[in-house]
Amino acid sequence: MGNFIGQSVKRVEDKRFLTGKGKYTDDIVLPGQTYACIVRSPYAHARIVNIDKSAAEAHEGVVAVFVGKDIDEAIGGVPCGWQVDFKNGETMKEPPHPLLVRNKALHVGDGVAVVIAEDRRTAVDAAELVDVEYEELDAVINMATAISGESVLVHDDAPNNTAFDWELGNPKADVDAALASAHHVTTLDFTNQRLVPNAMEPRAAIGSYDATNDKYVLYTSSQNPHLIRLLMCAFVLGLPEHKVRVVSPDVGGGFGSKIFHYAEEALVIWCSKQIERPVKWTSTRSEAFQTDAHGRDHQTKCQMGFDSDGKIVALKATTLANMGAYLSTFAPAVPTYLHGTLLQGLYTTPLINVDVTAVFTNTTAVDAYRGAGRPEATYLLERLLDTAALEMEVDPAELRRKNFIPAFDGVEQPGYQTQVALQYDSGNYDPVLDQALEMVGYADFRKEQAEARANGKLLGIGFSTYIEACGIAPSAVVGSLGARAGLYESAQVRVQPTGTVSVFTGSHSHGQGHETTFVQVVADKLGIPMESIELIHGDSDSVAFGMGTYGSRSLAVGGTAIVNSIDKILEKGAKIAAHKLEASVEDIEYKEGAWNVKGTDKSIGFGDVALTAYVPHDYPEGLEPGLDFSSFYDPANFTYPFGCHIAVVEVDAETGQVSLKRFIAVDDVGNVINPMIVDGQIHGGVAQGVGQALLEGAIYDEYGQLTNGSYMDYTMPRADDLPAFEVGRTTTPCPHNPLGVKGAGEAGTIGSTPAVVNAVVDALWHKGVRDLQMPLTPQRVWKAMQSSNGHS
Amino acid sequence: MKIPVSVNVNGSACAKEVEGRTLLVDFLREDCGLTGTHVGCDTSSCGTCTVLVNGIAVKSCTVLAAQVEGDEVTTIEGMASNGELHPIQAAFKEKHGLQCGFCTPGMVMLAKDLLDHNPNPSADEIRHGLEGNYCRCTGYHNIVDAIQSVNA
Repeated sequence: MGNFIGQSVKRVEDKRFLTGKGKYTDDIVLPGQTYACIVRSPYAHARIVNIDKSAAEAHEGVVAVFVGKDIDEAIGGVPCGWQVDFKNGETMKEPPHPLLVRNKALHVGDGVAVVIAEDRRTAVDAAELVDVEYEELDAVINMATAISGESVLVHDDAPNNTAFDWELGNPKADVDAALASAHHVTTLDFTNQRLVPNAMEPRAAIGSYDATNDKYVLYTSSQNPHLIRLLMCAFVLGLPEHKVRVVSPDVGGGFGSKIFHYAEEALVIWCSKQIERPVKWTSTRSEAFQTDAHGRDHQTKCQMGFDSDGKIVALKATTLANMGAYLSTFAPAVPTYLHGTLLQGLYTTPLINVDVTAVFTNTTAVDAYRGAGRPEATYLLERLLDTAALEMEVDPAELRRKNFIPAFDGVEQPGYQTQVALQYDSGNYDPVLDQALEMVGYADFRKEQAEARANGKLLGIGFSTYIEACGIAPSAVVGSLGARAGLYESAQVRVQPTGTVSVFTGSHSHGQGHETTFVQVVADKLGIPMESIELIHGDSDSVAFGMGTYGSRSLAVGGTAIVNSIDKILEKGAKIAAHKLEASVEDIEYKEGAWNVKGTDKSIGFGDVALTAYVPHDYPEGLEPGLDFSSFYDPANFTYPFGCHIAVVEVDAETGQVSLKRFIAVDDVGNVINPMIVDGQIHGGVAQGVGQALLEGAIYDEYGQLTNGSYMDYTMPRADDLPAFEVGRTTTPCPHNPLGVKGAGEAGTIGSTPAVVNAVVDALWHKGVRDLQMPLTPQRVWKAMQSSNGHS
Repeated sequence: MKIPVSVNVNGSACAKEVEGRTLLVDFLREDCGLTGTHVGCDTSSCGTCTVLVNGIAVKSCTVLAAQVEGDEVTTIEGMASNGELHPIQAAFKEKHGLQCGFCTPGMVMLAKDLLDHNPNPSADEIRHGLEGNYCRCTGYHNIVDAIQSVNA
C-alpha cells in the first residue's frame, strides 16, 4: 500500500455529477444544432417497396429527410471488428449493415429513414409523416429453426442462417469416450437468455461538420472514441482520420453496449455534411431496446463426467449463439474467444470440447454485455457442478475444492496451461472458497436449512467459483484469434513547467472512476498530491490512439501504459537532477517527490526538475528539453481474476417468489488501487448478475416483436429486489503487469448468476425440482414445483 | 401554439413561451438550460428525471411544464449552496453512492423527499422508498448506505 494506492480515496469526479454539472452527450447544444428522429421498421423482416417522404419534407421546421437510397452506395456499412471463420476454413459470413435500410429491414427497429428538424418534437412529428410501404416477409426468431434448413434466410448469402461455426479443445471423440466411461455424468440443456444492457443514459450522438476546414466532430456516448473514429472513417464513410475528432464526454454507463460502432454515429456525421449544420440524435428508451446491442442469448447442451472420487474427467458443450440480424463489432468473439476459452474454469478437467454455431435471426444484434461470454461459460460450469453435487449427494463446496487447480503464482510456479488455449497467469483458489464459506457460516448452514424445511420454509444455498479473462488483450494472441485491431492502450504523462501533471489515457471512464484511481497511481508513483494531477480522456484530438474501456481492461492495460510513461519521466528527470546536483545518475534515487543523491542530504524536488526541463539554461548536454512521455502498452497475457460467490435464497412455497436473503462475493482481482471503488464495481456487477438470474430477459414473439421492449415490461433489479451485499477479498497479484492488477469490472456479473440459480435449485431439489430456466420468475418456479414428482 | 410558462426554479423565475405539450423535464433541460435533470426512459419508470415540486419528489417527465406554473421547483442544481454540497450530496460522495452519475440527480432528489418525511429510515424503508428509481451501476448498496448515513 502506498500513500494513495490501496486507499479508498473519495472520487474526484463526484462533484460534477452530484451538482448536475456532468456533461453527457445530450446535454451538449451546438450553435445551429438540428435534431434527428429515425423512422424504424415495425417489422422484423420486410422489403421496402416504396418510401414517400414528401409530407415529412413539407412539414414546417423540417430541414431534411434522408432514406437509405439517398446515401451513396460508396458509403460502407457498419463493420464487424472480429472474424471467426468456419471450421472448414470458409470465411465468416459478414453481411452488409447499411446505415439505413436500402432494400430489406432485418429486425424491428432497423433504421429506414432519418428526419432532421429544427427541434426534437418537430422531428418526431415529421417522422410520423414518412410513408413507408413495406412488404412483410416471414421472420425467423428461433435459433433451432434458423439452422434447420427449412427456414427463411436473414441474409441470402448466409446458408442455414449460419455466420460461422467453431470448435476448441480436445478431440470430440476423446471427450465422448471419457464421458461414456465416466462414473457419473451430469447433463444440462439450458438457455442463457437474451438481456438488454440498459445503461441508464440512452445512447446519443451529435455530428458536426465545419465546411471551412473540412473537419468533423462527433460527440458520442461511447466507451471507446478512437475505435469509433477508426471504424467510421476507414470502413464506413471513407474519411481521413485527421479530419475527424471524436469526443466521448461523460457517459452514463456502458456495460458493453457502448463499445460498438452504431449506424447512428456515422449517420449524424454524414447528415451534418449534407445540411452543413450539427445534427443531434438521442435514443429514446424504446429505441434503445430495439437498437442497442443485446447480450447473452446462448442455447447450450453440456455434459460433465466424474470419476468415482468426484474428479471431473471430461466436459462437453455445444452452443448456439444468437448474433441477431447483423454482426455487431465484437459479436463473433463473445461465444468463442471469451466463452469457449473459459471452460477450464478453476478445475483440472483433462478433456474439454466446445462447439459453437453462430446464428442469424431477425432480431436486434447481440454483442458483448458485462462479462461477455464469461458469464455464459461460468453459468455452464457452475450449474453443472452444483447439479452434479446434488445428483451424487456430495457437498458442492468440497466437490469444487477436489477439482481446483493447485495454487500457482506465475513467478515461482509457471502459469496454468488450460485445455482451451489460455494460460492462466496466477491463481490460488482455496482461500476464496474458504473465506466465502466462513462468511456465510456454512458450518451451521445445513442445519439451519434442515430446520427451515422442517418448518415448511424452502431455504437454499448456491455456489459459484469462477474465473474470467480480463485486461483484454495481448495483440499477438487476439490477432491470431481474428481481432482486426490490437487491444493495447496508450498513455501520455505531460509534466507541466511548474510541476503539475496532465495524464492522457486512451481508456474511457463511464462510471469506473478513472479520474480518481488513475490519478492515485500517478500521485503514488510521483510522490505529488492528487490535486496536482488531472486525467484527460475521451477526446481523439487530445489523446493518443487508444482502445477504450471494456473487458475489465482499463487499469491492467491503460494503467500500465501510464506507469510506463511515468518510468520514462523518472528516468529523464534523474538525468536532469544529476546534472543539477552535480552527481552521477547512478547515485540518484527518486523518493517522495524529489530526486536525492543517495547517502547525502542533497536533493531536488519534482517541480524544480520540471521547471529546469522547460527552462533548460543549466541543463545536461545532449538532453532534449521537456518532460512529456507517451507509451503504448500491449499486455503479455490476459489477467485472470477469480472468486467465490454464494447466494442464500428462500422460495415462497405458495407463490414461487424467490427472495434473495444473502449474497456473499469473495473476489480476487489482484492488487487493488481503490478498495471503495472495487467494492462498488462488485456490487453493481452482482446486481446485474442477479437481474439475469431472477428478473431479466428479452422476449420476442414469433413475429420478431420484442414484447417487453420498455421499462414497463422488462424487469431490472430495483432497490427492494436486492439485499445488502457481503463482500470479501483475497489478493493474488498479476505477475505480468507492474501494478499487479487484474480488473474488477465484470467479476460481479460473471460470478453471481449461477450462484443464485443454484441456490433456488438447492431449495427445491428435495421437492423434485431438477432444473430451472432463467429468469426464475415466480410463475416458472411455481410451475416447476407443481410439476415435480416431489410435490406434496 | 406557444403558451407562457413561468416556474420558480431553484429560487429564480424561469419564464418562457413553450408548446403546451412541453414536459417539465424538457422545460428544465431545454428552456431553463438545467441539464442536471436527466431523461432515462419514456415510460415514467426510471426516475432519473426526479425533481421536487413544492418540496415533493415528482418524475418531471410525467408533468407538463404548464402544470407547475407558478410552483417552486428544485432541481439537482439547487441542492448545493455557497459551493458546499448538501448533506445528501456529501453522503453520496462519502459512501460512493454513484458511479456513472446519470441516475444520481434523480436519486438525490428522491432521497431529499424521503428524508424530509422520514429522517431516520431503516435500510428496508430506504429500499422501498427508492423503488421508483433505477440505478444500473451501484446495485443500490451504497446508495442505501449514503441515505441512511445522512442523519445518522
